[in-house]
Amino acid sequence: MKMKLSNEDISSVRVRQIERISGEDVRKCYQCGNCSGGCPVSFEMEIPPSQVVRFLQLGRVDEVMAANSMWVCVGCLQCYSRCPKGVSVAAMLEALRQTVLRKGEDFEKIKDLPYPFLKKAPQQALVCGFRKFVS
Amino acid sequence: MKIPYYPGCTLNTVAKHFDASARDAAVSMGFEMEELAQWNCCGATFPLTPDNLIGLTAPAKVLSNARKAGDTLTTLCSVCYNVLKRTNKVMKDSKEKRAVVNGFIEEEYDGSLNIIHYLEVLRDRVGFVKVKEAVKRPLKGVKAGCYYGCMLLRPFEDIGIDNAERPTVFEDLLRALGAEVVDFPNKIECCGAHLAMNNEDVVVRLSGNVMTSAVGMGAELIVTSCPLCQYNLEKSQPKVSERTAGYAGVPIAYFTQILGLALGQPVEGLGFEKNATDIMPLLQKKGIV
Amino acid sequence: MPRIGVFVCQCGNNIASTVDTKKVAGEMSKLPGVVFTCDYKFMCSSPGQEMLKQAIKENKLDGVIVSACSPHMHEKTFRKASEAAGLNPYQCEITNIREQCSWVHHDKTRATGTVKSIDLTRMTIERLKRNKPLKKIKIPVRKKALVIGGGIAGIQAALDIAEGGRDVILVEKEPSIGGNMARLSETFPTMDCSQCILTPKMVEAELNERITLYTYSEVEKVDGYIGNFTVQIRRKSKYVDEDRCTGCGECIEKCPFKVESQFELNLTKRKVIYTPFPQSVPNVPVIDAPNCPKIQKDKCGACAIACGPKCIDFKMQDKIVTEEVGAIVVATGYQLMPNERFGEYGYGRIKDVISGMQFERLASSSGPTGGEIRRPSDGKVPQSVVFIQCVGSRDEKKGVSYCSKVCCMYTAKHTMLYSHKVHGGQAYVFYMDIRSGGKRYEEFVRKAIEHDNAMYLRGRVSRVYEKDGRVVVQGADTLSGSQVEIEADMVVLATAIVSREGADTLAQRLGIGYDKDKFYNEYHPKLRPVETVTAGIFLAGTCMGPMDIPESVAQGSAAASKVLALFSADEMAREPITSVVNRATCNACWDCLTACPYSAIERESVKDRQGNIVRWLAKVNEGVCQGCGVCVAACRSKSIDLRGYTDEQVYAAINAF
Ligand SMILES: Cc1cc2nc3c(=O)[nH]c(=O)nc-3n(C[C@H](O)[C@H](O)[C@H](O)COP(=O)(O)OP(=O)(O)OC[C@H]3O[C@@H](n4cnc5c(N)ncnc54)[C@H](O)[C@@H]3O)c2cc1C
Ligand code: SF4
Ligand code: SF4
Ligand code: SF4
Ligand code: SF4
Repeated sequence: MKMKLSNEDISSVRVRQIERISGEDVRKCYQCGNCSGGCPVSFEMEIPPSQVVRFLQLGRVDEVMAANSMWVCVGCLQCYSRCPKGVSVAAMLEALRQTVLRKGEDFEKIKDLPYPFLKKAPQQALVCGFRKFVS
Repeated sequence: MKIPYYPGCTLNTVAKHFDASARDAAVSMGFEMEELAQWNCCGATFPLTPDNLIGLTAPAKVLSNARKAGDTLTTLCSVCYNVLKRTNKVMKDSKEKRAVVNGFIEEEYDGSLNIIHYLEVLRDRVGFVKVKEAVKRPLKGVKAGCYYGCMLLRPFEDIGIDNAERPTVFEDLLRALGAEVVDFPNKIECCGAHLAMNNEDVVVRLSGNVMTSAVGMGAELIVTSCPLCQYNLEKSQPKVSERTAGYAGVPIAYFTQILGLALGQPVEGLGFEKNATDIMPLLQKKGIV
Repeated sequence: MPRIGVFVCQCGNNIASTVDTKKVAGEMSKLPGVVFTCDYKFMCSSPGQEMLKQAIKENKLDGVIVSACSPHMHEKTFRKASEAAGLNPYQCEITNIREQCSWVHHDKTRATGTVKSIDLTRMTIERLKRNKPLKKIKIPVRKKALVIGGGIAGIQAALDIAEGGRDVILVEKEPSIGGNMARLSETFPTMDCSQCILTPKMVEAELNERITLYTYSEVEKVDGYIGNFTVQIRRKSKYVDEDRCTGCGECIEKCPFKVESQFELNLTKRKVIYTPFPQSVPNVPVIDAPNCPKIQKDKCGACAIACGPKCIDFKMQDKIVTEEVGAIVVATGYQLMPNERFGEYGYGRIKDVISGMQFERLASSSGPTGGEIRRPSDGKVPQSVVFIQCVGSRDEKKGVSYCSKVCCMYTAKHTMLYSHKVHGGQAYVFYMDIRSGGKRYEEFVRKAIEHDNAMYLRGRVSRVYEKDGRVVVQGADTLSGSQVEIEADMVVLATAIVSREGADTLAQRLGIGYDKDKFYNEYHPKLRPVETVTAGIFLAGTCMGPMDIPESVAQGSAAASKVLALFSADEMAREPITSVVNRATCNACWDCLTACPYSAIERESVKDRQGNIVRWLAKVNEGVCQGCGVCVAACRSKSIDLRGYTDEQVYAAINAF
């Protein structure tokens, strides 16, 4: 992989937007990798948590938007809980989701969900899932 | 002692037995869970982005109703607890957000409620010593793994029920009930949460890690405090058994069911039959029933 | 009429770019009493100073003002030059038109800066007109030093001062000197054995006639000032008569009780009567009183029976000794952050998770395993060891924000020691950055990797847990972008270096400053690295912040040379900018006494002929007074004035504004 970096990338407006929504400052992360080490779904993520932050530091929003990371984050807050710098990758991932959902683009279609699941699942799973996946 | 109580949606539907066993146990411990006259869904997830105030309106509404009933509110479900407690903190600490949210829900709520989990009622108000004295059917010889999950503990600065890395409240309770507790590495790791909706593979893997790590340390029973944890573990159990050599499954129950059992309540009323896993063989083996 | 000269400096462009210095000089020449003015590119340069001297002589100036940089920079320079020209040096005053004027104004038209410089200089002129010639204060110097802390830094300082021909008292709170270095196995970057290079120095300190060792002792009280400190030292009861004890060790042999050894970091036990380690200096055991059944409830007494020279005394009491010294070196060292704070790493819960310092003991031939690497839980030789760096360091949330500086290096050392001692064993190191900035340090780390096969993984560890008798480490390797899990036999945490517990109390006792992490503050981090703001008190070693042995030793020597310089004259001169009490109006309310942060105010009694006290007065100890002026503000009857900054002068300056 080769990246061509420019001043525009580093001061990307889109990253500032993610920062605004998430309330986080991407520069605070010193890339220690603790979040990626502890994230229970790291194995499933196309870009692990610390690299999500790295890409944002570099202004590469497209790369993280294309990855599944934000959709498989379970919001367990282990990343935030153990980050020595007090950075919440969880909040950044939620901000990324929000930028999609706020445009009205759904990640899940409610009508496609299997009936047995809708019937048996705890209400909280449905409500929470809708909040994470549906605009 | 009457404590205003917020059951939340799930405890009113698929987790009725969690709710009922808690209320019964409360009565035998000498307090009463008084359900709020009016309540709505808490939103089931605390908005992780601080700009999302809409997500705070539902829980704020719950809180402002609860404040009218008293200065304390207790809950059972870890998620409700997390959402209410964190929302309460925002309502208390941020003047600006409080104004916006109050404007939206047409209330004047100031964050003055004290949100406590049922476990805290037992620990701080009743006291585990008293709980121990009330035990009629000690869980002798039962090796229990206490599964905290995420929402009961994190983030520490907002929740603070116990040390986020090495909590003990759950174990202390189970010990008071006469059980042996086993410490297992994944007790504070995620079960897969809302991925139940669309990613069974991940859920099976995470829930599987929780169960196999508990059983690996000798647990014969897993105790939960969240209907979603309970659901994910129960639902994953068959697949985990299939995928893990030498793993034969483990009963999973709400802590309030176990509490009621130890307090000597009729076994039939504890709703064990509503759990997907059968705890009876274990209880029989240990001579508890 | 005074004859004042005003010299306005351009400081290259530093001042001239926002201040019209010519105009300032011109305006000043119009003021009454000003007989000479000029502006110049660099007043502090030799030609600049020459110009000043010449002007003083030629114009018979009785006061000069240099409008230039902060007095911190060049007040001394210009006062010296004035003195050389025959002027009382305190008749030379500085107006700061750089830090407080040109640097803070960006107005390139120079309007603001110029006006402000004119105002400031005019104020100084009015103050100068009311100056009185002052003389330096001479105080006698007691040529004996106190060193607090007998780690390598303190030992080095004591040895060098003694070498320089002065007496030293070395106070150490433990039963033996040596400090943390005594615990180390081998030392980076040269891998010499720590005991082998330390013990000779310890013995030298014991044998040197100029050094008095007070071990098991602590400084309780410090009074006085540079050249004239009075210190009280508590010599805790060892229950053993130091003078008669031969160090035979019979008592230790016979003592039937064991407790955890702090020196060995709880890896093994020691007797209740003990020396911390075999090479202890002095080689005199002490009784750990809280754990001794004889002292607590009069049972046992085996040691006293065993002791040939009969030097054990269960009734021995603490002693307070008072010493008079001229200088103090503080070298109280560091401790390690308690690992228990990191629940996710399992320290204290998982037996085979140990600290780096515990690893030093395992690797040390005098340690509990005789230098074999064996894990604490079952004594097995670990086939894989994970080292975790930066535990608590660089961690704003749960630890400290700074880098502990030595752990990268000692971790590399640990991997080498491990690979030399356990053939086929694999070391893994989780690191964030490798900080190896020292002579031959980078080569040392590369050797650990390239020669001794340590596997370095860039990333932090998220958690450590036990599984089937092994320790599982879960972390990240950010270079490959993957989560990694290693099943290891032992985990070593490179824990943060933090200040000693009680460092703040000692600092308050000494009147020296410390930072947010309770490390002691140097006077100037670059230019006066071993001095404190309190004259006569110096610093050395890790009480100032993390550092390694070479640096600690260098600082010990540096502090010693400062002490020797101070002791080189019989008297020392101090700045006369001190406060002075008006004896006629002082009504002894003692407001000044409570206000003074340096305890420079004393109570003085006035007696009649019969010797009855008729009056009390406040008195300023000129040796201690730092000229801060707090007492002046505190005094309600306006009975204290600060020399060089009297009320009269300050009001005159304000009125000139
Ligand atoms: C695990 C580990 C490995 C290391 N390995 C190396 C290495 O290989 N090479 C290297 O160069 N450096 C190494 N270091 C660093 C080295 O330990 C320090 O640089 C050095 O020991 C500092 O010496 P010091 O005299 O400043 O402090 P200390 O050794 O801490 O000595 C301070 C002394 O003061 C005493 N004291 C404290 N308070 C008082 C008081 N109030 N009154 C009287 N006495 C008091 C203490 O008891 C102690 O004896 C290592 C550090 C660690 C943690
Ligand atoms: S844990 Fe925090 S500092 Fe470390 S990589 Fe993740 S976000 Fe960055
Ligand atoms: S909150 Fe999301 S990113 Fe953070 S550890 Fe949990 S799953 Fe991973
Ligand atoms: S037996 Fe007596 S002389 Fe020998 S070491 Fe012990 S105290 Fe000292
Ligand atoms: S010296 Fe190395 S291991 Fe120690 S805190 Fe600094 S970077 Fe971390």
